[in-house]
Amino acid sequence: MIGLEHYLTVAAALFVIAIFGIFVNRKNVIVILMSIELMLLSVNINLVAFSAYLGDLVGQVFTMFVLTVAAAEAAIGLAILVCFYRNRGSIAVDDVNVMKG
Amino acid sequence: MISADLSVVLPEIALAVYAMVALLAAVYTAKDKAAPILIWTTSAVFFALAVWLGMSAGETRSGFGGAIVDDTFARFAKVVILVSAGAVLLMSTEHLRRSRALMFEFPILITLAVVGMMLMVSAADLMTLYMGLELQSLALYVVAAMRRDSLKSTEAGLKYFVLGALSSGLLLYGASLIYGYSGTTLFAGILSTIEGGEMPLGLLIGLVFLITGLAFKVSAVPFHMWTPDVYEGAPTPVTAFFATAPKMAAIALFARVLHEAFGTVPGDWGQVIAVLSLLSMALGAVAAIGQRNIKRLMAYSSIAHMGYALMGLAAGTQLGVQAMLVYMAIYITMSVGTFAFILSMHKDGQPVTDIRSLNMFASREPAKALAMLVLLFSLAGVPPLVGFFGKFYVVRAAVDAGLVWLAVAGVIASVVGAFYYLRIVFFMYFGEEGEARLDGAMPPVLWGFLMVSAFAMVAGVINLFGVEGLALSAAQTLVN
Repeated sequence: MIGLEHYLTVAAALFVIAIFGIFVNRKNVIVILMSIELMLLSVNINLVAFSAYLGDLVGQVFTMFVLTVAAAEAAIGLAILVCFYRNRGSIAVDDVNVMKG
Repeated sequence: MISADLSVVLPEIALAVYAMVALLAAVYTAKDKAAPILIWTTSAVFFALAVWLGMSAGETRSGFGGAIVDDTFARFAKVVILVSAGAVLLMSTEHLRRSRALMFEFPILITLAVVGMMLMVSAADLMTLYMGLELQSLALYVVAAMRRDSLKSTEAGLKYFVLGALSSGLLLYGASLIYGYSGTTLFAGILSTIEGGEMPLGLLIGLVFLITGLAFKVSAVPFHMWTPDVYEGAPTPVTAFFATAPKMAAIALFARVLHEAFGTVPGDWGQVIAVLSLLSMALGAVAAIGQRNIKRLMAYSSIAHMGYALMGLAAGTQLGVQAMLVYMAIYITMSVGTFAFILSMHKDGQPVTDIRSLNMFASREPAKALAMLVLLFSLAGVPPLVGFFGKFYVVRAAVDAGLVWLAVAGVIASVVGAFYYLRIVFFMYFGEEGEARLDGAMPPVLWGFLMVSAFAMVAGVINLFGVEGLALSAAQTLVN
């Protein structure tokens, strides 16, 4: 029987993979955008699993909001990335280094 | 009751409708030529809303099933946000025109960000919190990358976007855990779950994630790494905006979540906030010493100032929240004045950000140099000026709450931090003689904001313009 714990474990695993995707990845910024999506989706799994477990619809409403925001966020992220590419000619993570920080 | 619900968010609705009308009007008429008019009308709308909110009665109203609340705390924060955003918009016209980046989207995006900030400070539910935060952040990512043809600006936008999205993700993961372990997203519901006794472990982990996400937004150390790059890369008017209104919104949201959802267990989060505060003050004081770029320097300065504001929050008391609000109001006034000066720094039509260009500025422009001196002394917290009283307030709140070590660290950090503010003063007054590296001319709007802000730092010592009393009534609605 698959219970709440299994869902939470999957969500936690996806979340950790997403965090590593952002920090360990040295190749290109698209991978970071994908990792951000993955992170939001892992949260959605969490919310839906809790919602079903608690018998409470609020979690699913929250999920709809998160999905909407994720779409807007991806659009803006890609738009900024296109502008950056036009100026820099590269989307490698190592090339995002004009300012040292 | 839908009409009662809507009346709670009337200012937000008015502003959102204004943003859409302004967007359509500008697109169908003059496009970028309409930008100066749009900037003026937008700040007029901001100031009008601030007056309206400031005048409205003191009762607490909530709407949408308790998801949005309109109380004196929210109104205090909203007035600060609206006034500072309006001021920064007015200051930005000249600089944007000079760098040929005067686009009509700028005031509209700022308006949308302000709507998000107003929702943030009114949020009484995890969903409202998230939606408000994202509305603000998404607009800010775009304005950071506003100069599409500039490598620095787009890189700043990209960095801000990646780290901002990461922080939203962390915050959201925390929100999902809090929802799961308390069974509700309402702050009041979460509070009643933990009132009974032990806090479940899941809730604690959720709280830590939530704090992490919010610490990114207020740029507290160790989640500050985006701040210097974004401040340096973004166009200066945008930097001025980042240093003011969003900081107030984020820290007000921080205070509301901690006190309304977790107010009965200050021991569980007080320590975390105290450590964030300590690290921010220390890093802000030390890391700015080597900076030559005044925008980067202001980034570290804002990190340090957020450390002081967090010190008030770490106290976990009513006095602490009051101190934090007073501190933020003072900090934002100082920032507006300082950025009015930074926005006016230019040579042959090009913006200048190197602090060495201020060499002997005082001998050519004594009035402006004196105003800047007052502001820098106030930022450093030198006693007779208002900035000192802000620091005094938070330190007193920390001592009252038994956080003596934090208060001592704060005083030491402010002494260390005074060095880099005084170094700018040194350049202005005792630098080497040489040719002028800055044009003296300053647009009247910037001059006005610089002088008013500097004057407020001196005149405010009498009674802080009554901001104490307002902050007290705001803190009373939050902590009781």
